[in-house]
Amino acid sequence: MTTAATTERQSAASYGFADLPDLLSLMTGAEKHGAAATSTLDVLWVLYDRVLRVSPDTVDAPDRDRFLLSKGHGPMAYYAVLAAKGFLPADLLTGFGTYDSPLGHHPDRLLVPGAEIGSGSLGHGLPLAVGTALGLRARGLTDPAVWVLLGDAEFDEGSNHEAVAYAGAAGLERLHTVVIDNASATHGWRGGIAARFEAEGWSAETVDGRDHEALYRAFTAPHPGRPHAVIARVEPKNA
Amino acid sequence: MDTVETMRDRFIDITAGLLDTDPRLAVVLADISAAGFADAAVRHPHRVINVGIREQLLIGAAGGLALAGLRPVAHTFASFLVERPFEQVKLDLGHQGVGAVLVSASGSYDWPAGGRTHMAPGDVALLDTLPGWNVHVPGHPDEAEALLRHAAAAGDSLQYVRLSVHSNAYALPVEPGRFLTVRQGNGPVVLAVGPMLDAVLMATEGLDVTVLYAATVRPFDAAGLRAALGGVADVVLVEPYLAGTSANAAHDALAHLPHRVLALGVPREEHRHYGTIPEHLAAYGLDAAGLRRRITDFLDHGRTA
Repeated sequence: MTTAATTERQSAASYGFADLPDLLSLMTGAEKHGAAATSTLDVLWVLYDRVLRVSPDTVDAPDRDRFLLSKGHGPMAYYAVLAAKGFLPADLLTGFGTYDSPLGHHPDRLLVPGAEIGSGSLGHGLPLAVGTALGLRARGLTDPAVWVLLGDAEFDEGSNHEAVAYAGAAGLERLHTVVIDNASATHGWRGGIAARFEAEGWSAETVDGRDHEALYRAFTAPHPGRPHAVIARVEPKNA
Repeated sequence: MDTVETMRDRFIDITAGLLDTDPRLAVVLADISAAGFADAAVRHPHRVINVGIREQLLIGAAGGLALAGLRPVAHTFASFLVERPFEQVKLDLGHQGVGAVLVSASGSYDWPAGGRTHMAPGDVALLDTLPGWNVHVPGHPDEAEALLRHAAAAGDSLQYVRLSVHSNAYALPVEPGRFLTVRQGNGPVVLAVGPMLDAVLMATEGLDVTVLYAATVRPFDAAGLRAALGGVADVVLVEPYLAGTSANAAHDALAHLPHRVLALGVPREEHRHYGTIPEHLAAYGLDAAGLRRRITDFLDHGRTA
């Protein structure tokens, strides 16, 4: 397969956003991918390419930024970005979901290089991120940022709302949430998702989840004294 | 009665002290016992964390603290620490490969007037479905202190310490992972767990049995149980939580022998009465009279079989 031969010859440093579809193809066997498979792709790319201060050399550094993939469903985009950034070799992607592969249909932090948490059951990442932000603060590590990615349907889980309310009250400034909104929540969110965060004292912004400049601006917007949420809207799942 | 120090009082005292000396330790609360930690919270505002009445977050935040390199101690009533956020216990601790100390209060029957909602007789059985958990069931505040100090210092392991207002008159020199011989006989072995010891000693007065004591039930001291056996491999378990919780562990320990196990503890059926701890223990057959009747029945059947 030409894409595999191509990717094996490339070094991680040479991958760009345009190479991600080929990396996805190593896992899916398909040449084209629908919106569902790529709903997180732009957000993940902008974070790992321009925002997160973590690299394959610093995956164990105490002062690295943390990215927690809470929405563990459909992790191909995550694995593709980790491969593109050199956290894992691209040739691992072809084994996706097979017995001896570290890359499952939900990620396991004990198996995937660079993965901060294992996820799959929804609603665990944000509470874990709250604890991570508290722990870094308790260790005097006030610089690292903690990022967690959720989906709008995952936001149904009540555990998220425990975490949103507490993090706002505690003013966890180093905590950042990005919610991929592809309108897949069965009952929707009347009044919008950002309003839930804002009501609890977060800084929150809703942007086009395919617009890299808009995402970058939202990700890097100042939010003194408050945690920050970015709602990234992409094509509706059932459109 | 109000002036008697409980295991929970001791937990708060010694944990506040450990926060002063161990910079890795962090206490996570969900309102329960928060007043007791108020002074410690002033001294260590970033390591005494009260998330409010949010038990999924209690365990999730403990997991996150551990991921960030701390040693979390999470505490509330057993029903809200183990049962309500059980998936968080499974996924946010063990599955992430991190450890924690979970310290419960109220146990199976500590507040009978509070009814079923505040009773968690199934907590130890639930933890038995997960790998890696160490389970301590102290029978006295001094034992609680020793086991809490051990649990806090035990690396990044998974430790559950089950505190109760029900306790024995005297503390024993407990060691994690080892059963103690309290009374030596030639007949069957009666294993008393935590607060059950005093009633077991009364119930077996004059019987030719060996009484073992366990303040740590996981790991289960299989070698200690086998070493205590007399001529027959007859074992009685007396546990202050769901009856039969340690039956599998006892059967495993005796797998190479013809053996009998009588597993006594809190019944599975809901007991829709309020009242006091002694009334509940009597109703469960876990007071001295009930234990003696059931243990002697078991021994008599062994002789005629």
